[in-house]
Amino acid sequence: MKLPALKFSKKPSEMDRRDFLRAGAALATITLAPGVTLMAFGGSEAKANADPAKRWGLLIDVNKCVKDCTACVSACSQENGWRLPVNKETDAQWIRKVTLTDNDTGREEYLVTMCQHCEEPPCVDVCPTGASFKRVDGIVLVDKHICIGCRYCMMACPYKARSFVHENIVDEQKTWAPRGKGTVESCTMCVHRVDTGRIPACVEACNATGHGAIIFGDLKDPESEISKALAKYPSTALRDDLGLNPGVRYSNL
Amino acid sequence: MERTIYREIQANRAILQTAALLGVFLLGAAGAVLYMEEYGHIVTGMTNQIVWGLPHVFAIFLIVAASGALNVASIASVFGKTPYKPLSRLSALLAMALLAGGLAVLVLDLGRPDRLIIAMTTYNFKSIFAWNIYLYNGFFLIVGIYLYTQMARSMPAKVVKTAGFVAFIWRLALTTGTGSIFGWLVARAAYESAIMAPLFIVMSFAFGLAVFILVVTFTTRVTGRPFGPKLLNRLGRLLGIFVGLVLYFTAIQHLTSGYWARNGGIERFILFNGGIYTTLFWVGQVLIGGLIPLALVFHPTGGRKPASTIVASILVILGGFAQVYVIVIGGQAYPLNIFPGFTASSSFFDGVVNTYNPSWPEFLLGMGGVALALTITGLGMKVLRILPTNLSDANVGQM
Repeated sequence: MKLPALKFSKKPSEMDRRDFLRAGAALATITLAPGVTLMAFGGSEAKANADPAKRWGLLIDVNKCVKDCTACVSACSQENGWRLPVNKETDAQWIRKVTLTDNDTGREEYLVTMCQHCEEPPCVDVCPTGASFKRVDGIVLVDKHICIGCRYCMMACPYKARSFVHENIVDEQKTWAPRGKGTVESCTMCVHRVDTGRIPACVEACNATGHGAIIFGDLKDPESEISKALAKYPSTALRDDLGLNPGVRYSNL
Repeated sequence: MERTIYREIQANRAILQTAALLGVFLLGAAGAVLYMEEYGHIVTGMTNQIVWGLPHVFAIFLIVAASGALNVASIASVFGKTPYKPLSRLSALLAMALLAGGLAVLVLDLGRPDRLIIAMTTYNFKSIFAWNIYLYNGFFLIVGIYLYTQMARSMPAKVVKTAGFVAFIWRLALTTGTGSIFGWLVARAAYESAIMAPLFIVMSFAFGLAVFILVVTFTTRVTGRPFGPKLLNRLGRLLGIFVGLVLYFTAIQHLTSGYWARNGGIERFILFNGGIYTTLFWVGQVLIGGLIPLALVFHPTGGRKPASTIVASILVILGGFAQVYVIVIGGQAYPLNIFPGFTASSSFFDGVVNTYNPSWPEFLLGMGGVALALTITGLGMKVLRILPTNLSDANVGQM
């Protein structure tokens, strides 16, 4: 690309209005031209495998979530290649164990929380580039190729479910969960497993401990285990007042 | 009264010294950006709890001030107040320069600033952020055209007025957009409110005019061009009205939110027991940025002194930074209420007030935005006929 040359035959301090505008036009061209070519290569494979007839969800039974167990957290960390927090303020945490103390009675409860995979996700609404997106099967993801790292989604998420990658990643990366400094990430509901008919790593790990506190399944299928459990027992969504209709539900909270 | 003559400013010792100082800040910011790029945001004070930090405080201040810097031009072109007319060109130039400074900070703080081109070409039209990209680009275009109509020879007054009117409407839309970045966030108790948009608009009036007053005062002094004390005083009293409006909207913001039981926590935090945020609110925003400037510009005798307006402008800027800091950082420091009725604790700082220690790179980046805005303004005045040769009271017409 040839840029319009600035004439410096005169002293630079005598640059006239025309030169000034010309320089501005050159700068605008440099900024915008690469984008025009980028526009030609669109398309995303991230949405390809989703089935609109399904809506994937999780049901977490707070009564079954045990005080000192973090099997699901470790499993997620291993599966998706994020280290268990060393720098707690800046390290990513896709899933976390929360201890709740009832303000009136002092009773303690335990649960895990992660991206709630909302039907109306505020992170998707606010994302300027569309990097935050919801698949037709309800799984909310970040397209790592177009996330610019503005963190507006983190401001918008009522569940504090997202993490920003603050430093270079030295751990081994998983091919199914690419991570990168300067972008935002969160629970993917193990979309790579779900798309091949497996269950998320956290659910598998919880089952392996014998606690069985997390049920995974299709919320649209009345015959699925999760739908039957939801029909049988009372359950709630976190911040239900916001009307976001999360795909993650809690019972006995 | 002679005809208003606009002339490029000539470099002199004071201007070159100022340019050198701005250059130092620009270099500092460049170093900070490279450092943050290399190591990531780990070298800043920002965390997964305080996701927007000092760069955003600077960026939002500058973007809000940009819209307000256009006040003087709007008052002259749209509302027909002729004494302000000679200042209209500078008003438009400063508005664009401040916006450029603010956007530079915002963009360079991105996790992936190299992907700016994606932000410029891939849009999610439901995002107020995406709308803002249009509002910002449109602002440059429209104010640029407006400046051109003012500067072009034999441009009909009607055309200038129309361009000024479009710019006026656009800047209101722009600041509505900036305020709504916060106002539309349902997640955080400190933000979700329609008042954020009008609050940001009155903030823009005050911050932008304060910056404008200081820039005109400084430039006319170092170039030896007259600047009438009555004109300055008039600008000062206008600033006073805007400062009063900011206090009023702030009061309504906190009274409304505080009235709701569910927001008791966040209001107690900001107004009474939030430590640095409470101090910044009462001492920074209300006292330094509000009550003292009001007393200075409206004092029956002292208010007429040029120093009153100048000091008031400096205080409004300091108070403005405090206000934006309380909104941006204070609003994030207070924990999200994900589990109403419970006290939560976790490895991810659920239920605790988040700490934030701003770092040098962040500060340098922010100051770089200020320096960039002032450099663009200075260069603009150097190469274009922006600043009138004579702004004495006799020359700008009836007060």
